Parts: sequence; structure tokens; C-alpha cells
Amino acid sequence: MSSELLNLFFTSFLETLVMVGISSGVGALMGIPLGVMLNITDEHGILPHPVFNRVMGLLVNAVRSTPFIILLVAVIPFTRFITGTSIGTGAAVVPLTIAATPFIARLVESALREVDTGLIEAAQAMGATDGQIIRKILLPEAFPGIIAGLTITVVSLVGYSAMAGAIGGGGLGDLGIRYGYQRFLPEVMAAVVLILIAFVQIVQSLGDRLVRHVSHRGRILQVKT
Amino acid sequence: MIKLRHVSKAFHSTSASSVHAVCDVSLTVSAGEIFGIIGRSGAGKSTLVRTINRLSLPDSGEVIVDGRDLLKLDTRELLAARREIGMIFQHFNLMSSRTVFDNIALPLELIGIPRKEINEAVNKLLALVGLIPEAHRYPQQLSGGQKQRVGIARALASKPKVLLCDEATSALDPETTRSILDLLKRINRELGLTIVLITHQMHVVKQICDRVAVMDAGQVVECGSVLSVFRSPQSNVTRSLIGDVISSELPESVLQRVRRRIDGRDGDEHPDHLFRLSFVGNEVDRPLLSEAVKRFGIDFNILHGQIDEVQGQAFASLTLLVNASKESLDGALALFKEHDVTVEELSHVL
Repeated sequence: MSSELLNLFFTSFLETLVMVGISSGVGALMGIPLGVMLNITDEHGILPHPVFNRVMGLLVNAVRSTPFIILLVAVIPFTRFITGTSIGTGAAVVPLTIAATPFIARLVESALREVDTGLIEAAQAMGATDGQIIRKILLPEAFPGIIAGLTITVVSLVGYSAMAGAIGGGGLGDLGIRYGYQRFLPEVMAAVVLILIAFVQIVQSLGDRLVRHVSHRGRILQVKT
Repeated sequence: MIKLRHVSKAFHSTSASSVHAVCDVSLTVSAGEIFGIIGRSGAGKSTLVRTINRLSLPDSGEVIVDGRDLLKLDTRELLAARREIGMIFQHFNLMSSRTVFDNIALPLELIGIPRKEINEAVNKLLALVGLIPEAHRYPQQLSGGQKQRVGIARALASKPKVLLCDEATSALDPETTRSILDLLKRINRELGLTIVLITHQMHVVKQICDRVAVMDAGQVVECGSVLSVFRSPQSNVTRSLIGDVISSELPESVLQRVRRRIDGRDGDEHPDHLFRLSFVGNEVDRPLLSEAVKRFGIDFNILHGQIDEVQGQAFASLTLLVNASKESLDGALALFKEHDVTVEELSHVL
């Protein structure tokens, strides 16, 4: 393999890292509060608000059910507004983040739902405010579940980021398509797939290890996507 | 300390029907006493105890704790009032992500007490409930009894005046139950804490309560000192709850034996009578039965019975099959009544 190709692998890998890293980071920053809001405004939550909950839920579902390849194209005007361009790795981060946010929100919501309602009742009996219940009870208790959810998000985003190649986002997926498929270099395609498998494997086992480390519940957490 | 006046609470289900969980309940709990609320599941006791810290908001009535009407407080005042009311739960409700130490520290963190003071307070509480070696373990690693001790320490952290216990021992085995009840009794005596305890188990009431209210279908059907309720239960629910600890029903095999005996005798003899005698306190120490035998020449056979302790006083319930002439029987019954023994004729069950 030529050094030129090796270089290409390296930059593509970095591009993937950038796309996945930023979109999952920003997605978490927006998705976690959104998930908390979905949870607390639920009819069994601490601040029930059916209308808000329903509207948010619909919005989240709408984004989640839009195929990513369509979302990618549909948000081009917004992407241009944010990054000034609709092409390149930076531009790909915008639709990736938009896809990641509701995904994370739902995973966080479901992790929060696993928190025993008796615990919330105990906190209320202690005179905890709603803010304290969220910060001191809900989030710490759901933390292992949230970590597990973020791990799943990162893994999914690796897959999504390959599609971002369609708008010139670069990354490993793009490399695989352009060299492996369009230039008839199956060994490049195979290498890309192997690297992605290894990467996902590493992310997943780091995530699992972190979950085990922060969980004191003694049972395997099950995260529903 | 706690006054409930005409408290009612209904739950509205999706259909038009609604369930009256608590229906016009009035109760007074004095400072420093251990007050039991007993009832079968679904009697409304859980809802009732939750009105005392307004976890459950009554539809009507007054809830006065330590002189304040909880229903008239705004949110901030309510949160402050709740800190003076500790609560422990059937399923402990501990945070799995916090150690024993940090679980007990939680209520103090919520108030914003400085770390140093928290550490001191928590160490004292750990000593009080006997969990110093467990301080840095997680709830997952503890036994049920230890978890409830953590729950108690946590409830005591904000120095409450009232402790509410929601089926606190129902998930524990009998021995652990006893040790948790002993701990509650000790706390009640040492800290002068008022305890309201709800349970469906009469032996819990028997062991530590001073007074008890019996609930059925959302209403208090009976309320009084534990001893008086045990001695002369007024309602069927109470009788059946007491029956769980002190069985009053005669076993079917005994009844059959008695029936056979009655059938097998001829008409000349005196008829048999079945009585239940309930003794409380000092009367247990008096040889009343042998006195009755000596003075009136009655003949009796103890078919069934139990002698137990309620609130530190002996409590006995004996079922006798008595054979005597009318005069002797009347004399013996008068003797029993004179000494405050409750006599119940049960001949109709034969």
C-alpha cells in the first residue's frame, strides 16, 4: 500500500473522528436536557405537562423516523446558515448532530424511566426541590444507563457518518465508496470495513467498561433503542 | 403533634368512577407516641400516611403537623416542613449510586449544610443505627435489615420531629423485623420522636405501638390504646387482624371433637358451654380458674388458647368447654366478671 493511500486512510479516520466526536458531544449537550424534559413532563413525571410532552415527543419522533440520507439533504439550507457551506466535514457535523440529539434524548428518557419512583418519592419526602431531584437523584441514578445510551449513539453515528460522504463529508465511509467501489479497489473497501469494525468494537467495550465502573446496581443494564 | 381533621382523598380513574382511598378520617397523634395505623392492603393507610407530609394532597380536610396546617403552606414552606418529617419505606428507596454514608448525607446536602458538619452528623447516625463498618459499601451489598437501617439513619438526618414508617418491616424476615422495631422503639425513647407506623401486621402493632387506628375501606373503624383494642375489638376487621397474632377461631378439628362429645352424652347431665375468656395484665397472675373450680365445683377443659404480651402487659385468651350446673356456672361467671375478665359465650358455634 502506497504512503499516499496510507495518508488518505489517516485523514479519513480523523474526519470520521471529528464528525462522530463533535456530533455526539453536541448531541449529548442538547439531547440530555431534552431527555430530562421528556421524562419529567411525562404524566408520571415530577412536572407533568401533557401538551409540552406530546409536542416534544412528536418532534423527536419526526426527526428519528426521517431516513438519515434524506435528513442530510433536507437540512442543507440550515447547514449553510450554521457553517457557511454545505460541503465538507464541518458541514456534515450539522445533520449528524440533528440526528443524534433526538436519538440521545429518547435513550436518556428511557434510562431515567428506569429510576425507581420510590426514590423520587423519598427525595420529595426529604423536601427536595424539583431541580434537586433532577440533579441529585435522577441523573446520578440514571448515569450508567445514560453512558450506555451514549455508547450506542457513538456506534450509530459511525454508520451515519459514512453516509455523510454523500455531501463531501469525507471520512472512512467516503473513502471506502470512492476508492473501494468507484475505483475498483476491493482491498481498500475491506480495510475500511476492518478499521470501522475495530473502532466500533473499541468504543463499545470502553463504554461497557465505563458502565460497569459507574453502576452499583449489580445487574446488567438493558438499553432499549 | 399530628392532627388530621376530616381528611378525604379520592383517586379518579380513567372512567367516570373514582375510588375513595381515604374517607373523612380524623386522628390525633400525641407527641412522643408510637401510633400504628393498621389495615388490610387497599384500606387506604398508605394514602393516609402520605397526607401527613403531603406526598398525597387530600381533596378536603386539615392536616396539622406541629401546629402548622400543611395544606395552607406554599411550596417553599412545604419543603421546609417536610424536612421535619422523616419517612422510611417498605422497599427502602436508597440510591444505588451512593454509598451508605452518602445516602445518609443526602438530606443534609439538599439543605446545603457544610461538608464538615455533614460528615460529623453522618458518623453519629451510622453509630446510632450500628452501620459504621458498612459506611462505604453500596446498598446492593447490604441485607434488607441493613438497608432499612440506612433508611432510618437517612430519615433522621434532618432531625425530624415525626417519623413516618410506610410498611417499614413488611419486606423483612421476622427476626430482622424484630431488630428494626427495637431500633425504632429505641429512637422513639432516646430522641423523643413521634412515630406513625402503617402496617398490615398486627404483631408489629403489638410489639411497639402505644395506640392504634384500624382502617377499612378508607375509614378509621376503630382507634384506641393497643391494649384496649386487643381486649375488646369492636369491628370484624380488627378481630380478623388480631386473629393473625392471637387466634380466636377454634380449629375445625377441635370443634368436631367437641360436637362428638356432646352428641355422645345423654340428656340427664348438665349441658356443655363453650366460653372464651380474655385476661389482661394482672388478672393473668391470679389463679382465677382454680378458684372457680374450688368455690363452685365447675368442670372445665381448655380447648384452645394463647398467652402473649401486648405493650408489656400479659394478654391471654382461653377457650374453655365448661360443664357445670346453672348455679355453679353463674357463680363462676360472676367471679370472672368481678375480676375484669371478658367472657364471651361461644356455644352457638357448636
